[in-house]
Amino acid sequence: MSNMGKRLTGMKRSTRTSMATYGMVILAYIVIQLIRGLRDGGVGPLLEGQLIPICAYVTMALALNLVVGISGELSLGHAGFMSIGAFAGCSMAMGLESVIPAAPLRLAAAMVFGAAVAAVLGFLIGIPVLRLNGDYLAIVTLAFGEIIKGVVTNIYLGLDSAGLHFSFLTNGNELLDGGKELIKGPVGVMNSERISTFTAGFILVMIALIVIFNLVNSRTGRAIMAARDNRIAAESVGISVTKYKMIAFATSAALAGAAGTLYGCSQVTFVATKFDFNTSILILVFVVLGGLGNMWGSVIAAAALTILPEALRQFQDYRMLVYAIVLILVMLATNNPTLQSFFARLFRRGGDDDDAAPRKGKLSRKEAAR
Amino acid sequence: MDITVILDYLIRGLSLGSVYAIIALGYTMVYGIAKMLNFAHGDVIMVGGYICFFSMSGLSSHFEEGSVAAMVVPAVAGTLAAMVVCTVLGVTIERLAYKPLRQASSLAVLITAIGVSYFLQNAALLLWSANPKVFTPVVGRGSLQVGPLSISYVTLLTIAVCIVIMIALTTFTSRGKMGKAMRAVSEDKGAAQLMGINVNATISLTFAIGSALAGIAGVLFMSAYPTLTPTTGSMPGIKAFTAAVFGGIGSIPGALLGGLLLGIIEIFAGAYISTQLQNAIVFAVLIVVLVVRPAGLLGKTIREKV
Repeated sequence: MSNMGKRLTGMKRSTRTSMATYGMVILAYIVIQLIRGLRDGGVGPLLEGQLIPICAYVTMALALNLVVGISGELSLGHAGFMSIGAFAGCSMAMGLESVIPAAPLRLAAAMVFGAAVAAVLGFLIGIPVLRLNGDYLAIVTLAFGEIIKGVVTNIYLGLDSAGLHFSFLTNGNELLDGGKELIKGPVGVMNSERISTFTAGFILVMIALIVIFNLVNSRTGRAIMAARDNRIAAESVGISVTKYKMIAFATSAALAGAAGTLYGCSQVTFVATKFDFNTSILILVFVVLGGLGNMWGSVIAAAALTILPEALRQFQDYRMLVYAIVLILVMLATNNPTLQSFFARLFRRGGDDDDAAPRKGKLSRKEAAR
Repeated sequence: MDITVILDYLIRGLSLGSVYAIIALGYTMVYGIAKMLNFAHGDVIMVGGYICFFSMSGLSSHFEEGSVAAMVVPAVAGTLAAMVVCTVLGVTIERLAYKPLRQASSLAVLITAIGVSYFLQNAALLLWSANPKVFTPVVGRGSLQVGPLSISYVTLLTIAVCIVIMIALTTFTSRGKMGKAMRAVSEDKGAAQLMGINVNATISLTFAIGSALAGIAGVLFMSAYPTLTPTTGSMPGIKAFTAAVFGGIGSIPGALLGGLLLGIIEIFAGAYISTQLQNAIVFAVLIVVLVVRPAGLLGKTIREKV
């Protein structure tokens, strides 16, 4: 980044960061595509199968970072939005199979639909959620995640020439000949075709980055961060805290929905219980390890931690144990005494978990000046 | 609707709620004093269940089948072993993983707690394999006949233990010197330290009590739902955490109230609405309560001053 920084000294710091992040993602994409195209066996069977999930999780991490890092609210139910996106998007993709024969176009339509449904749901959930603070907000998002999981598990959706059939709890759909079941309750979705591609995943990550950077570096983004840093001060200068928190929350839900569609359409089959509390936590781990409010950190952490359990396969049964130990050690190491004075300041200010990354940057610059 | 059926569900709900309440106490005490969400608490319950299972199955072969000693000794020894192991485990976790992060952001501690939770689950997976173990209830499978109602011994024991624990804990925190120290630390760490209270020892004690309760809860939960796997603890853990928030996190009577209500709602939702939507309904009620009372049923609303 330092080379890049010298060349781009004329730019604003925020522009440099976003350009560097775009560059990093594009470079990674080009390198992987070159390896896949030129080398026999591509990037290896292990990584090959992980490419689309990595893109989906990177987008999820970016979306969650918008809520946790930029907006300063802890969400423990983001997998719920991913679930909604996956189920809505993939049933859309299957329903459009005869209407739009081109797979990339169909995937795009499915993603837009998945994102829209998730955004609407995010808005509806945001109404009660954003009235609360801190840990209470966290537990309510957790509750919504569990409710989405419970409800989606019981949805049966079928499509035939007479239109859509919907039933809840028990499968009461009677389909005409040639009709197909889109969502089959606890059995989930069985995709007729896996239309997600790595290129689509890359485009989604880029869109997520562009949306988030443009949002964060705009008037709206500054209002969101002001509301995070001091709610009362923000309100006193006329910022509607709920409105701006809602913008961040719904945008994040939309991105999560699109990521869900990407993930869902890359699987042969998936069920609602896949998107449970553990998945929400997994994504939160990406965000925290990457640094709150730090987008390129989220990209790297999500990619690395999706590969890590696969790369640890040589440890076989011990791999998740090693993963847990690595996680604990990293958390202990990154919160060592040199950073503790900075964290202590956070605590005294009353804010508990907001925005580590940008202020960490300021602190290190101050230290460098000394 | 038949009144006996409703009573039966009510008692089952109270029993399940008592287990939630005991687990929620661990969450709420730790939250009150260390301001952290200890996500590994649910997995301590699982460890308690395994320890009790192995002590009981190891001991029961030494006694004559059907004798009084064969019924009492393994159960009591198993429960005590679970409590001791959980206490040691809880205090060790606190020392190794949470104490170095005392000054860190609450999110860092939360992620560490999740790491500990993964660790416990996977360590259990390696040590005891993923094959489910069938737990033998600590008080036998019989039930007590009260008129038309039949109440299982496990249910009775669970409710009784919950009452005893609540009375003991309330007395301890309101009368005992250490209990007063705990309340002081939870109110203001700095001021408590100035008054000569050993803050670190108090926090360790809180973890010890919370984990011992988790051990008891493990034994009781397993007696009612006897399938034991390395991930058994996570769902009751999340539910109990919900119960703690429901009643107002940080408040001991709140944990009891939240736990009992949650248990009753869960049983009634399963009986009269849908078993598939049981959990969704429980969480929906939680959301409604929090929207109406943002600090939980018995929680204190702290007004922010400008």
